[in-house]
Amino acid sequence: MNMKNEAGSKDVPAAVREDSDLVQVLDAEGNVLPQASVPDISDRQLLELYETIKLARHFDQRAISFQRQGRLATYAPMTGQEGSQVATSLALAEQDWLFPTYREHAAKYAHGMDLVSLFEPLRGYRDGYAIPDDVNVMPEYIPIATQVPQAMGMAWGHKLQGKTDTAVLCHLGDGATSEGDFHEGLNFAGVFDVPAVFVCNNNQWAISVPRERQTASETIAEKAQAYGIDGVRVDGLDPLAVYKVASAALEKARNPGPGELRPTLIESVQYRFGAHTTADDPSVYRDESEEEAWRDRDPVDRIETYLYNEGILDSDLESEIQDSIEQEVSEAIETAEQTETSPDNIVEHVYEDVPARLEEQRDELNRLREKYDDGAFSEVLE
Amino acid sequence: MSSTASTQTGQNAQRLTLVEAIQDGLYTEMSRDDSVVVLGEDVGKNGGVFRATDQLYEEFGEDRVIDTPLAEAGIVGASIGLAQTGMKPVPEMQFMGFMYPAFDQIVSHAARLRSRSQGQYSVPMVIRAPYGGGIRAPEHHSESKEAFFVHEPGLKVVSPSTPYDAKGLLAASIHDPDPVIFLEPKLIYRAFREDVPAKPYEVSLSEAAVRREGSDISVYTWGAMTRPALIAAENLSQSHGIDVEVIDLRTLSPLDVETITNSFKKTGRAAIVHEAPKTVGLGAEIATTIQEEALVHQEAPIKRIAGFDAPMPLHSLEDYYLPQAVRIQDGIRETVDF
Ligand SMILES: Cc1ncc(C[n+]2csc(CCOP(=O)(O)OP(=O)(O)O)c2C)c(N)n1
Ligand SMILES: [Mg+2]
Repeated sequence: MNMKNEAGSKDVPAAVREDSDLVQVLDAEGNVLPQASVPDISDRQLLELYETIKLARHFDQRAISFQRQGRLATYAPMTGQEGSQVATSLALAEQDWLFPTYREHAAKYAHGMDLVSLFEPLRGYRDGYAIPDDVNVMPEYIPIATQVPQAMGMAWGHKLQGKTDTAVLCHLGDGATSEGDFHEGLNFAGVFDVPAVFVCNNNQWAISVPRERQTASETIAEKAQAYGIDGVRVDGLDPLAVYKVASAALEKARNPGPGELRPTLIESVQYRFGAHTTADDPSVYRDESEEEAWRDRDPVDRIETYLYNEGILDSDLESEIQDSIEQEVSEAIETAEQTETSPDNIVEHVYEDVPARLEEQRDELNRLREKYDDGAFSEVLE
Repeated sequence: MSSTASTQTGQNAQRLTLVEAIQDGLYTEMSRDDSVVVLGEDVGKNGGVFRATDQLYEEFGEDRVIDTPLAEAGIVGASIGLAQTGMKPVPEMQFMGFMYPAFDQIVSHAARLRSRSQGQYSVPMVIRAPYGGGIRAPEHHSESKEAFFVHEPGLKVVSPSTPYDAKGLLAASIHDPDPVIFLEPKLIYRAFREDVPAKPYEVSLSEAAVRREGSDISVYTWGAMTRPALIAAENLSQSHGIDVEVIDLRTLSPLDVETITNSFKKTGRAAIVHEAPKTVGLGAEIATTIQEEALVHQEAPIKRIAGFDAPMPLHSLEDYYLPQAVRIQDGIRETVDF
């Protein structure tokens, strides 16, 4: 076996390495890099970017502790990745569509979903997947890479109907690039030249499997070449760089220049600071020192420093923002804890109308619920 | 862990959980036969998301316990190729709900390379996958879709319900010349311990187990549902004097028709318990088989106590979706009182 990619052996983090291909705006501290051009973004938008990233960080910490308290089931943390999530979503126009995975909590929120619906599926209720008409977000994708051809298809549908002012942004992980669906989706995107942007959140790990074990390609962005579309690598811990790259890709998706194809594959180079999910223990398979190198480039600190430097943020405003974030998250979990459902819901929405056979199954369950009490159904099976 | 336990205790029995027995079974077979390799997502350094391959990477090295790229079609397709070279791949699918990318490789090739080549080629391989609900897992992690694979000629389908059987059935599956889908009931991965011999042994892939003898009704089940079925049987024996026979199929394909029908000939009544949706679940096959083989003995309609013909709900409702002891008891009484 080729041990060039030995599982777990890591050299210097890719984003820390001298890397001429990597788009960056901020240095590790948050100062604008000498040659960098800052994206065209108003102070108000910058504050929105900052507030949402701060909220995401707080949400993540709270969700992990709610899970420990038994108030949420398995949760996939996003610390380290929220800067990129928020920046890509804020680059979207309202009519654009978002295809998130189980980890893109902040991306969903930043494109219009409320926090309560982020909590509901984690509490076992599908209500959070009933996304309102005015929010263009698909329910999260859990089977890896399945969203890629679907996002392509939605973008295609818009194009076929002359609605190229609407772009589709599709998230995926580094692990997802190994699945057949990734290849098929990107290949179709190139062939049919659809207004779609694929954002690969390369957080260096797919549970315990390091990025090098997914592909012998040096970068993920270079895979775009094989599909005839553009591939861009961006520092995923630099929210301004991500915003710049995502905005440009979305603009090209809508209005390609002469000879340009609409789709783009963005490799957002990040690091999964935490566990894969609350059910995972990374100390089994990776070295903690690896994380430290990335922690130095924390997206929250970098955007904060930038805003202080620019005089957009001061300590009063910072604590005001922090207070309102904390309140928003606590209110959301409290509201989510009120969500209730009836066992009848098992048979609802399977089809538009409930078939007679399913009605019978529901009635049988209700007969038993009446005859015995509901407690009898929550006996632990094992 | 049991790998060290088995080296330390030699021939002695160990008290293992079902998932530990699987780990021990892999350890035992890999120690005996160098051609056995484990491959899949997170099976190596991490030891599997449920620890089913714990310590195997340390013990057997990276050429025999292989972390692959995240690609089920790749894992199973590559395993079919590996098997052509005399190796015995034991690929893991991280959850049954994530097997579908590999479906084409399984049904179009693994299942039929033997018949396509008129016996010239075969695919000795064991695809392991945790399945079933009840652990408050996220969406797509709790399904029971064994019927998909039972429906496919050329595959064997196995599901243990005890630690002892898990190790023995896994060994028999690895030794089997044909592809086996080995479905592990993750609800009871750690539910209880029992004595599991450290030495190698097999549990036959052609015999169902009579878990409890009884004369009034036969309950057919497998995997995680075996326990609530046994609880229901015990409760009914005490509360209503109903004498329930519980048959754990163990191997779902091919079915042990003899044990199934012999029990029914004795009791004349049957209930089938499975987590999978009722329609075209394995219960349908068992009921029809009973009617074909033993109609004259039948004294009541055959009862199916199953999951709904609906997608598995998220976890707030999974207790209502899965057959609980209360549903099983009620179904048994209805059949006995008919
Ligand atoms: C088809 C499929 N196979 C396996 C899994 C189990 N699984 C869930 S997340 C994951 C790793 C995904 O890694 P990556 O694509 O890098 O995304 P990340 O979790 O790092 O965001 C795996 C193997 C799954 N959800 N779907
Ligand atoms: Mg990843």
